[in-house]
Amino acid sequence: MIGLVAAPLAMMALTGDAIRQTISPNIPLMVVAGLLVGFGTVWGNGCTSGHGVCGLSRLSLRSLVATVTFMATAFVTVFLVRHVFGG
Amino acid sequence: MSFLVNLALGLLSGVGLVVSGMSDPAKVLNFLDLFGTWDPSLAFVMGGAVLVAFIGFRLVLRRNQPIAGGSFQLPTRTDIDAHVIVGPAVFGIGWGLGGFCPGPALTALGLGAAGTLAFVPAMIIGMWAARPIAASRSQGLSPRNKRQAT
Repeated sequence: MIGLVAAPLAMMALTGDAIRQTISPNIPLMVVAGLLVGFGTVWGNGCTSGHGVCGLSRLSLRSLVATVTFMATAFVTVFLVRHVFGG
Repeated sequence: MSFLVNLALGLLSGVGLVVSGMSDPAKVLNFLDLFGTWDPSLAFVMGGAVLVAFIGFRLVLRRNQPIAGGSFQLPTRTDIDAHVIVGPAVFGIGWGLGGFCPGPALTALGLGAAGTLAFVPAMIIGMWAARPIAASRSQGLSPRNKRQAT
């Protein structure tokens, strides 16, 4: 975890380039998003890398179901936010 | 020694997430925007990661124990229950709203953007709040079944 957090800092120190990152400035939205991601990760036993990478690569049916489900709800969410409610 | 190994592996993962663009919510949201500014490149990141992990798991699991010691902890459940649908469904909504999933959010923490500083504590609260649900269903499993990579 320390390595994960330190990685971009180490990269910037080595390359001298700033890392391009665009994050929503909408704080309430990010709080809700964080709650849902945290809750869903533990509830569903895994996240993008847990189910999507490790699970799929071990040919786990559970992970396939999980990955298809979160991809689907993520697509629908972005569609609603960007194209139905504007944005 | 194992601390240094873990540190190096964390650094490697973090660099991968930053280089691939997974830690940039704008890129993730464009990947998820099929009917707008769709950017399919993260599908190749995902596909590449699965391919490497597919081969890697097969090579590594030939060993009796991990190189760094301890034992392999692999998920053994194969049943499809409501949790494996509802949990990921909730996760996907959050991912679509914020553009962050857990690993990249931690990686972005060091850059200190306001959105990240709001997202990560909320994510930890969400994880903590879901623990009773997760615990109630792991009853009856042997200890080695309880661990799962996220």
